[in-house]
Amino acid sequence: MSILVNKNTRLLVQGITGNEGLFHTTQMVAYGTQVVGGITPGKGGEWVLEKIPVFDSVRSAKENTDANATIIFVPARFAPDAMFEAADAGIPLIICITEGVAISDMMRVRNYLDQKNVRLIGPNCPGLLTPGEAKVGIIPGNIAISGNVGVVSRSGTLTYEVLYAMKNLGMGASTCVGIGGDPVNGTNFVDVLEMFEDDPHTEKVIMIGEIGGNEEEKAAEFIRTKMTKPVASFIAGQTAPPGKRMGHAGAIIEGGEGSAADKIKTLEAAGVKVAKHPEEIPTLLN
Amino acid sequence: MKLHEYQSKNIFSKYGIPIPKGRVAATAQEAKQIAEELGGRVVVKSQVLVGGRGKAGGVKLAKNAAEAEQLAEQILALEIKGLPVRKVLIDEASAIDQEIYFAITNDRAAKKPVMIASAAGGIDIEEVAAKEPEKIIKVHIDPLLGLREYQARDVAVGIDLPREYWKDFTKIAIGLWNVYKDTDATLAEINPLVITKEKKLIALDGKMMIDDNALFRQPDLNEMRDTDEDAPAEIEARKYGLSYIKLDGNIGCMVNGAGLAMTSMDVIKLFGGEPANFLDVGGGADSKKVAAAMRIILTDTNVKAVLFNIFGGITRCDEVARGILVAMDEVKPKVPMVVRLVGTNAEEGRKLLENANMITAETLADAAKKSVEAAKKVNYA
Repeated sequence: MSILVNKNTRLLVQGITGNEGLFHTTQMVAYGTQVVGGITPGKGGEWVLEKIPVFDSVRSAKENTDANATIIFVPARFAPDAMFEAADAGIPLIICITEGVAISDMMRVRNYLDQKNVRLIGPNCPGLLTPGEAKVGIIPGNIAISGNVGVVSRSGTLTYEVLYAMKNLGMGASTCVGIGGDPVNGTNFVDVLEMFEDDPHTEKVIMIGEIGGNEEEKAAEFIRTKMTKPVASFIAGQTAPPGKRMGHAGAIIEGGEGSAADKIKTLEAAGVKVAKHPEEIPTLLN
Repeated sequence: MKLHEYQSKNIFSKYGIPIPKGRVAATAQEAKQIAEELGGRVVVKSQVLVGGRGKAGGVKLAKNAAEAEQLAEQILALEIKGLPVRKVLIDEASAIDQEIYFAITNDRAAKKPVMIASAAGGIDIEEVAAKEPEKIIKVHIDPLLGLREYQARDVAVGIDLPREYWKDFTKIAIGLWNVYKDTDATLAEINPLVITKEKKLIALDGKMMIDDNALFRQPDLNEMRDTDEDAPAEIEARKYGLSYIKLDGNIGCMVNGAGLAMTSMDVIKLFGGEPANFLDVGGGADSKKVAAAMRIILTDTNVKAVLFNIFGGITRCDEVARGILVAMDEVKPKVPMVVRLVGTNAEEGRKLLENANMITAETLADAAKKSVEAAKKVNYA
């Protein structure tokens, strides 16, 4: 079982005819995800993979397909508009893969989406994978098997690393959620931990964090006070020099706050087992 | 991207925020001339992109033009936190009654911009924030509505600003909000905003940081970028959309994704090695980017081994493999290469590299161990 996406998810792809959009639509369809339509303004009426209709707007796509989720593959400067459009069309779940969206745009998007009660995953994230049911994003489908471990991560490829290590140990995931590494995003650790705690088919949780911000600290507080299921974790950036920006806008050590050492200490104090390297994480849940 | 004080204040001024009269100088002679124009009593301020300039002796008061020249000479010879001073700002000196802290920045937890202000402004504001947080007030701004005038008044009241200044302060707050919004700033800071003996509010100092992700719509600001503080390899990397940071170790790393790149560094260290760099080739890296990345890693002569850790998602391993081949052909590297390809099109990628004389690895731990060993062997050779 799962959270957020499953075999009943009816997905739209914004930017479906672009390079990345088309490549990953092909992969998602091959995995068995129900991709019911795509959007590229100016290409309405065309078809992708011979069976997926392309629309000019999210509104017309929604009217014609009864979609309940959308994934965004458009370039960063157009991504905010794509998110507003999806929210205005009444799509309740938006997954934005695009990286490099400006922070000022994301603050406007997030505040608008909150008013509309729309759930956003990302941006700058690998999306969602419910093994055996739906792949909504770019996580390679063949690196994970179905199981009872919920996985939530701020990172992209590091998440794959962990899923792959789990699979090699025969451990499966209920759902894997990549929330993205940007400083302002749609969904945070606590949101996802709450969903896993409520999901009857998730029995254990893996949380993959990194330096910067204080989301891991908030998660630790939630785990300590509200969670009954065991959590294992890994924090990336233990060797990152302070003050240097390591790519993710979120991966900044701000005035000594949010260092890996601090996060690990806080998580361990909340009863979370923290791994020394990503391949060790699944063994902590055995 | 950080802006210099003089750049920030020029922008403030365009938005109606009062700043002292002054200009930037690159030589002591220019400094003297500017000081003469300003009537002699000036402040000579080093323009470097780090904090704590004053405490490092980079900000001095001159009583006359001759002294300004002398001080400029001294300050232009300084290095502050490793950065050489290349310019000084010569500002008319102000007679100060009170120093206020005022800034607009992003509150990532609240997902909103926030105004931060304190009646206890000046160089010790960090200490105030740490020890007397009640002296700092914060007012969030709805990013969809923008700053409302009453919120600026709330700040004025919050820092006990006398009523006679409310109108001017509100104008400054709205000006700073517009600066922040129009430039896609992540920080627009006035510290101190002073009340002068002549009962005027003036932004004596200015600091701005611009969101790199918004520079596509800020061409003017992009041109203001001072690359003095960046290593040449970091500048080169930026051209290709790579994120590269040089470190002190000897194992070069090329990884896709910032989280995995940091993790690869962590695991190298865990197995007794030292990473030479952080390098994220980004999502969807093509062969051109990969080739550039390899060139950049190998410009660091400390590098004794290179670890490629690619977990394909949006990035396709065969594209990366092609890039590695192009770069190998071009750079003809002499150090051992450890490569690990997993995920999207990994099989195709591995096939392409079969004859490339590289050490292959299955897991990240295995790859890290092998690169640590390879770097050691080269050291002893």
